[in-house]
Amino acid sequence: MNWQWFHRLSSPKWFYQISERWLPWVMGVSLVLMAAGIYQGLFNSVPDYQQGESVRIMYLHVPTAFASMMFYMVMAIAAAIGYIWRIKLAHMAAISAAPVGAAMTFLALFTGAFWGKPMWGTWWVWDARLTSELILLFLYLGFISLHQAFEDREVGDRAAGVLAMVGVVNIPIIHFSVEWWNTLHQGATISKFEKPSLDPSMLIALLLMIFAVILFCSAIMMYRMRNEVLSRENNKSWVKEVVLGKQIGKMK
Amino acid sequence: MLGKLLRRELLRHWRCRQDLINPLIFFLITVSLFPLAVTPDGAMLSRIGNGIIWVAALLAAMLSLESMYRDDFYDGTLELLMLQSGSPYSVVMAKIISHWLTTGLPLVIMSPLLAVMMQMEGDAIGALMLTLLIGTPVLSLIGSVGMGLTVGLRQGGVLLSLLVLPLYIPILIFGAGAVSRAAMGMDYSGQLAFMGAFLLGSISLVPFASVAAIKVSIR
Repeated sequence: MNWQWFHRLSSPKWFYQISERWLPWVMGVSLVLMAAGIYQGLFNSVPDYQQGESVRIMYLHVPTAFASMMFYMVMAIAAAIGYIWRIKLAHMAAISAAPVGAAMTFLALFTGAFWGKPMWGTWWVWDARLTSELILLFLYLGFISLHQAFEDREVGDRAAGVLAMVGVVNIPIIHFSVEWWNTLHQGATISKFEKPSLDPSMLIALLLMIFAVILFCSAIMMYRMRNEVLSRENNKSWVKEVVLGKQIGKMK
Repeated sequence: MLGKLLRRELLRHWRCRQDLINPLIFFLITVSLFPLAVTPDGAMLSRIGNGIIWVAALLAAMLSLESMYRDDFYDGTLELLMLQSGSPYSVVMAKIISHWLTTGLPLVIMSPLLAVMMQMEGDAIGALMLTLLIGTPVLSLIGSVGMGLTVGLRQGGVLLSLLVLPLYIPILIFGAGAVSRAAMGMDYSGQLAFMGAFLLGSISLVPFASVAAIKVSIR
């Protein structure tokens, strides 16, 4: 069997070239979906029978919360691949996913606080979901600061990779321990197995926003990865060509 | 092999006894700050005492992690042990067991004294000792991963708390939860079973993570 395609996947140069072609599409589709989702969410969907207009915070809150957990998984899987097979590109992916995920976690907490104030009458409660989301933020911050504490970037990669893998074992434990401890947050409204308990117009807006946010985060992660590739491979000839070529292009 | 390594660790701890006493004094002082800051009222203290003692035990266990690897790392002993003892897992296990014997166990033994100072009653004191007995080994186990990752860093201390404390949260929830159920006269065997599950799970998984962490650091 020909394994060339597999080795090419882990080549930073290949990633840099292919992402240059993909990025405009990922970003463009995400912005279109986001525009459609915002329109649908703010103007075209019905207000909630209980929560009124303030339910519209959901269209930002749920997607960011979803992305916050998804990008932790992306980060941990990438870190595990990088740690086990010693693939540099996978470590770069993990390092680039962390700040994106941390930002989404912060946004989910922030929008949640603004939803909680009118609904529950308080900015913050020590509820299961809120607490485990806050712990998720701490795990992201620990990963980022552990990586930055090492002077040698490759040692930092491996150390932070170990932490990400330990964290992924702990996430279900933290989630369930906190859930059994205390809960006020409403349950999930979208599930694969049941008929959604949402009005169709709300569901469309929510799904549009979820896809938009995921694509947007992926695009930001790709930008970060491209920077990471350039700064780590800065002694390679192709990087010099890319950077110098761009500067010459600007001078003209 | 494990026995020899363990004896070496205990001897090393015995020779710098100050490091053993400091976490205990820290434990005592932290707990005694709360009645001064919150209220000396007995009814209130007996209600929040379980949480205070658990948090203080957790912090004391975390602060003493430093003694686990740091000296051995800086004089090169850790590297030699990892290379020459045949099994890096037994090195790590010996360090974890000796850390628990020198920090966790004294905390468990000291806890009834603090529980009485916090006006806790008979049942709750028993539950507190039992949960600490199951919980402190988990603290040593998880802490060994965080310490292994940060041992080579100059600013390791603050970072260690950022890495380790989020991972300590489940054991804190169940430990303090069991004690408060016991104080209300309810059955707390469910919480104990969970803590036992955490203990068994971390005994079987943590050595791998811990060895991986040290291998990153001693490169």
